[in-house]
Amino acid sequence: MIGYVLRRLLYAIPILIGVNVFIFTLFFAVNTPDNMARIHLGMKRVTPDAVAKWKHEHGYDKPLLFNAQAAGTQKFTATIFFTKSVPMFAFKFGAADDGRDIGQDIKTRMLPSLALAAPVFLLGLLLYITFALTLAFFRATYVDYVGVVLCVAMMSISGLFYIIGGQFLISKLLHLVPISGYQYGTDAFKFLVLPVVIGVIGGLGSSSRWYRTIFLEEMNRDYVRTARAKGLPERIVLFRHVLRNAMIPILTGVVVVIPTLFMGSLVSESFFGIPGLGSYTIDAIRSQDFAIVHAMVFLGSVLYIVGLLLTDISYTWVDPRVRLS
Amino acid sequence: MTVSFLRVSACVMLLSLVTACGKVPWNDPYPVAERGKNILYSVFNERPKHLDPARSYSSNEVIFTGQIYEPPLQYHYLKRPYTLEPLTAQAMPEVQYFNAQGQALPADAAAESIAYSDYVIQIKPGIYYQPHPAFVQDAQENYVYQHLRPEQIAALQSPTDLPLQAKRELTAEDYVFQIKRLASPRLNSPIFGLMSDYILGLKEYGELLSRESNKLKSENGAEAYLDLNRYPLQGAQALDRYRYRIRIKGKYAQFNYWLAMQFFAPVPWEVEKFYAQPGMKEKNFVLDWYPVGTGPYMLAENNPNKQMVLVKNPNYHGDRYPSSGEPGDRASGLLADAGKPLPFIDRAVYTLEKEDIPYWNKFLQGYYDASGISSDTFDQAVKIGGTGEAALTPDMQAKGIQLKTTVATSISYIGFNMQDAVVGGLSERARKLRQAISIAIDSEEMISIFRNGRGIAAQGPIPPGIFGYEEGEAGINHYVYDWVKGKPERKSIAQAKRLLAEAGYPGGRDATSGQPLLLNFDTSAVGPDAKSHLEWLVKQLNKIDVQLVIRSTDYNRFQDKMLKGDAQIFEWGWNADYPDPENFLFLLYGPNKKVGLNGENAANYDNPEFNRLFEQMKNMDNSPARQQVITQMLEIARRDAPWVWGFYPKNYALYHAWYFNAKPNLMANNSLKYLRIDAKERERMRNLWNQPILWPIAVLLLALAAVLLPAALAYRRKVHAAPSARKAK
Repeated sequence: MIGYVLRRLLYAIPILIGVNVFIFTLFFAVNTPDNMARIHLGMKRVTPDAVAKWKHEHGYDKPLLFNAQAAGTQKFTATIFFTKSVPMFAFKFGAADDGRDIGQDIKTRMLPSLALAAPVFLLGLLLYITFALTLAFFRATYVDYVGVVLCVAMMSISGLFYIIGGQFLISKLLHLVPISGYQYGTDAFKFLVLPVVIGVIGGLGSSSRWYRTIFLEEMNRDYVRTARAKGLPERIVLFRHVLRNAMIPILTGVVVVIPTLFMGSLVSESFFGIPGLGSYTIDAIRSQDFAIVHAMVFLGSVLYIVGLLLTDISYTWVDPRVRLS
Repeated sequence: MTVSFLRVSACVMLLSLVTACGKVPWNDPYPVAERGKNILYSVFNERPKHLDPARSYSSNEVIFTGQIYEPPLQYHYLKRPYTLEPLTAQAMPEVQYFNAQGQALPADAAAESIAYSDYVIQIKPGIYYQPHPAFVQDAQENYVYQHLRPEQIAALQSPTDLPLQAKRELTAEDYVFQIKRLASPRLNSPIFGLMSDYILGLKEYGELLSRESNKLKSENGAEAYLDLNRYPLQGAQALDRYRYRIRIKGKYAQFNYWLAMQFFAPVPWEVEKFYAQPGMKEKNFVLDWYPVGTGPYMLAENNPNKQMVLVKNPNYHGDRYPSSGEPGDRASGLLADAGKPLPFIDRAVYTLEKEDIPYWNKFLQGYYDASGISSDTFDQAVKIGGTGEAALTPDMQAKGIQLKTTVATSISYIGFNMQDAVVGGLSERARKLRQAISIAIDSEEMISIFRNGRGIAAQGPIPPGIFGYEEGEAGINHYVYDWVKGKPERKSIAQAKRLLAEAGYPGGRDATSGQPLLLNFDTSAVGPDAKSHLEWLVKQLNKIDVQLVIRSTDYNRFQDKMLKGDAQIFEWGWNADYPDPENFLFLLYGPNKKVGLNGENAANYDNPEFNRLFEQMKNMDNSPARQQVITQMLEIARRDAPWVWGFYPKNYALYHAWYFNAKPNLMANNSLKYLRIDAKERERMRNLWNQPILWPIAVLLLALAAVLLPAALAYRRKVHAAPSARKAK
């Protein structure tokens, strides 16, 4: 297995290079360093000299991909692409356009993101699986029909509606929790209740339907019929046999997102004022801060690759027939 | 046993929920320890980029830097028109003019004869900086924290975690040091370009620092400290401990206004050197994020991702609430605190609030002390009376909320690219075309539909409250309005069509070719609001049979078009730096064109007569003679119509009943020290407005139970039926 993991990690290098090329091309296709400088320097009194100085200060005064003026390998290394991309592989994210160290910002913003995403993920998983098993258990009864209709209805509603509606109902009308904001430590609890509840409810429709489909597929298999024929109670059949055998498709969708929980939620963090990496990314996109966007995309890619690797490894834990080689 | 445990737990929870009612609100976003304290709660909606006074230029930055840094001058808080007064200076600067031979000239000397002007500023003694580790010295007067080891820096959470802190008296050298910093290549100050045109030797100083900086970097690495104290600057020199002189090329009548901005606030060299130590930048410990000033407040918490906290500076030199203001200020209670020591508020907590809905709702719950009004919440907060006056809705009145409105010192306009072949140029044809369009675009309607009436249709580039603005018939744009029954009335569409025909486009068609007149509106605005506004604009030109094509593009492409002069008609705006007509009329000054010269004249308007009058006007003192020149300039601009003059925005602000001394001052950045709040009243109202309501939750739980009960019963039946069924088989 170690060989497999090492091989997968080596495969990650060209993928990350590809991601770098992609984000770089995409970003600079619509922005020039001059545009970035002007946005950063503001609307007033921006002189060409100030733009030139800004570009020099932030390392954007080089050619993008190929430096025809340079000699030897510097034709490739004395470029914006090389100087901005290579340090990423050592997790040196550099400074944002406002001068702040991105690595330091990521460290401080990672925990609030995790504080929101982890409970949504865990509670959501528990609720969705329980709800899906319940629907599967009561299949073709009114519970199943009502449940499926509810799921479809919930899937059809925009996530933003849950956020605004939740803030209006829970915080504005009932005064149960703060509408937005964040405090560190245990004080974070009261700020996280609402976004977590909304996050969980917002995902209920689609996830439960997906899990229900998986469970129903498993429940029609021979081993389930055999288990029932042996007289096992339905509870044991569902939780011990069906659930375990449905783990492979569940893990495929679940394990891969675990590392990316650190990346936070783009919309929820902005609406609830949670100082996580999601709102950090949104702000960077708005202000065209390439350094942050680049760092966040790179970090997201790394975590996604790690998630895929963990998914493969997790298969071996739930299904002894799977061997990584 | 499990069942009984669950029942007991449920009872305990229910009891705790019920008993919690009537005490502190659950939705209070602030720590319990802050309740009832003399703290102001406000917001910022965008993370500040810079808190260094040499770099900071945005309104979301000056709300912090304005309270921390003290330039030599400030704006009087209450007086209107805006009036400068000394802050750290003993008196207003003494200005002395000199000719090319260095001979002193009288104060009324002609601007052309003045080779340079000296501004001598005497600061008050006994002003101290806030406590900071950078000032700590040992018995031998060596700085204790100027040579920290990297591991010491790595262990710090904040620069102020260092055990010792000290204060230091403000000196004239600190002001000179800051002026030098404006030229530093490592800071890229936004006003360096402008100031190097005025401050003697600043441009050359910038070049010198660039050379020295590059040399230092190549010799000692990128982080090598550039010590500005080693390089004297001709245009800024300390004369003694409390006096310094700024030497300006020629005459620059508006320079005093700059002396009221943070760009000219003092920075102590020790602090800059302290933050230049290796390892500081990696921890984000830089002057840009940990400002050090002499102002009434200091930054106690700097988390631009969440919250910024200002606390009272224990070393503040003291200041008094003004004893005079505008007529009416006393009646409205704005002089109730006259003569009292400032600041009133102990702590100000600014929370990052990017979305309008949470901000507005938290204001209504009493968790923010003041709020603006967005378009979405306007109807909830304000009702417009039959005569057009704004008043609070009954809901707002019941909460004791106060409404204050003020016309902004800014303008929003539609510009014509004067270099464009169709709409540009100073020919009679083009002039009449622009005048016709100016009549057709009904600014009053736009203000009513899209801004809820929050604005005043502009008659020229100068907004109310700025010298040069004239009320009444004398101040109207006679090319667009007639004076009817004591108020301006927009000319008719028939008149606009007649002008269009005279311009060579009868019925909206080119008289020569017969082709319809097709104009292009360039914009980067997106979203549903922008779409409806643009559709409205198209309809306005349709009124005179002109077709307007909307050329939407992204922000970057739009800026490129503006810089290259490829836009035809566009929307633009300007917010005053200082309350002088020069700061608005320069937007139409030829040598300030955007195309080719990168100036702020976005329309690229260039009328030689206007330019000549501008040069004459800019160095004049406010006087009838200056007003006369301005009137001439306005007449030329109105006739040429390079802009559809648009509107002056009107700001609406809401304040809770416990918020005192609120008077919008669009020029002063240091208003926080004048504000006072009644924290006890706020606490009482918060408790009253935010009691948790629990019964809907109980109803929801019961409904859920009612839905699940049949399912649970069905499950029980299924489980119990299974063995008997098997048994039967």
